[in-house]
Amino acid sequence: MIAGLLGFFDALIATIHDVLPIAAIIFGFQLFVLRRRIPNLPQLLIGFVFVIIGLALFLQGLEQALFPIGKLMAEQLTAPAFLGIDTAAGHYTPDWHYYIWVYLFAAAIGFSTTIAEPSLIAVAIMANQVSGGTVGIRGLRVAVAIGVSVGIALGTYRIVSGTPLHYYIIAGYVVVILQTMITPKSIVALAYDSGGVTTSTVTVPLVTALGLGLASHVPGRNPLLDGFGLIAFASLFPIMSVMAYAQLSEWYARRIKREQSDSWEE
Amino acid sequence: MKKLLLHLGSSLVDSIKDLTPIIVIIAFFQLAVLRQPIPDLADMLVGTMLVVLGLTLFVYGLKTGLFPIGETMAHGFARKGSITWLLLFAFALGFGTTVAEPALIAVADEAAKIAAAGNMIENTQVAITDYADGLRLTVALSVGLAIMIGVMRIIKGWPIHFLIMGGYAGVVIMTGFAPPEIIGIAYDSGGVTTSTITVPLVTALGVGLSTSVHGRNPLTDGFGLVAFASLTPMIFVMGYGMLL
Repeated sequence: MIAGLLGFFDALIATIHDVLPIAAIIFGFQLFVLRRRIPNLPQLLIGFVFVIIGLALFLQGLEQALFPIGKLMAEQLTAPAFLGIDTAAGHYTPDWHYYIWVYLFAAAIGFSTTIAEPSLIAVAIMANQVSGGTVGIRGLRVAVAIGVSVGIALGTYRIVSGTPLHYYIIAGYVVVILQTMITPKSIVALAYDSGGVTTSTVTVPLVTALGLGLASHVPGRNPLLDGFGLIAFASLFPIMSVMAYAQLSEWYARRIKREQSDSWEE
Repeated sequence: MKKLLLHLGSSLVDSIKDLTPIIVIIAFFQLAVLRQPIPDLADMLVGTMLVVLGLTLFVYGLKTGLFPIGETMAHGFARKGSITWLLLFAFALGFGTTVAEPALIAVADEAAKIAAAGNMIENTQVAITDYADGLRLTVALSVGLAIMIGVMRIIKGWPIHFLIMGGYAGVVIMTGFAPPEIIGIAYDSGGVTTSTITVPLVTALGVGLSTSVHGRNPLTDGFGLVAFASLTPMIFVMGYGMLL
């Protein structure tokens, strides 16, 4: 209990430390440049305090509950003994299909951490307000989570197979550019943004642990060089999945419209 | 007060729903795949409750604090009509929030270790610290620039995909020249720079600006700041790796 309380205070101080430069910039510009009274100042300040306390509790809870077991799990799942690989046999070569549990875990953990990611919740709420409800909060988040899940699974496969990271990323860029041409214009900016917001507080520590664990266990991989890249996958694939989601919903809406107009004609 | 409690109550339910997938997945892998008991069950339950409570308070504060602040600032700058101050603010926000970002500090330290192991810099504590600090400044600078260019884009109404394609071209070109050791960490640095407090603020700033500037649509023009801020660090980190 006392350890938990101390942990919370540490998290609180760390969060305040993060917020301090932001607060200084905002209030500095507000006071010296804009020089206008802020409407509803007390309410804004209370909101700011809620954000700080909420984030500190969130981080402390993650540190206490989810990160230790998640990291341990990533370590255990990538261990050769668990995967049934006999490292003693000299002829062993890393074969990708031994790692099926790792890909499954990567996909599952990518999906579930993205659903809980606070900055994605923020962007989804904002997109929902701005679009007048057309972009659903849950729909957008699920679309992003599917993208992260596919991305991280593919990223773990890349670590196992040892193929160069930039081939995947550059191929991904080509797909994104092609999709941009056929996606409804209104969603493009939001789709690009969903790449950057997915990877923060919850996802990064667990995914990094998975990458480093994998790279240190797969023979021939150097954790220093091959352990990275999962975050890059996790920030590229949601762009594709959100655009695909927009394309699908547009197509679906068009089909319903066509069916309706067909039935009117009959 | 009653309204506040009702509101918190309903977002508490949302937070529980948001966290259920992680808990189910961890429990499934621990019990069914790894076949091990869950260690410190009590500790985990308390921790999970903290996460739920924290997320609830955060989302509430987001709606009453961070979003209104971002939008108020955007409207304030639009009324003032000074682009110089707005761009300066955009740069300061990007730079200031990134330079102290814990995830970036961790990544920079890691990159410095890689550089030392790859004999790109001397393997001494001083050289490693210098390298890490330089990298942090580089990334913060690139995020500041990104937010600044992004704000400029909203004012001028440039289409986002030209900027993003330009960024992609930059990444691809730099990949061809950067030392291979740095590529993985450079690609990852794009994702880690945008923190949980920066994202809502920057999003609200973009949306606020696009509602104040005549002829802009908040959905098509307001978003995109975060995207650009996660692209420039990749280019700058590879550039940093090439110079040193």
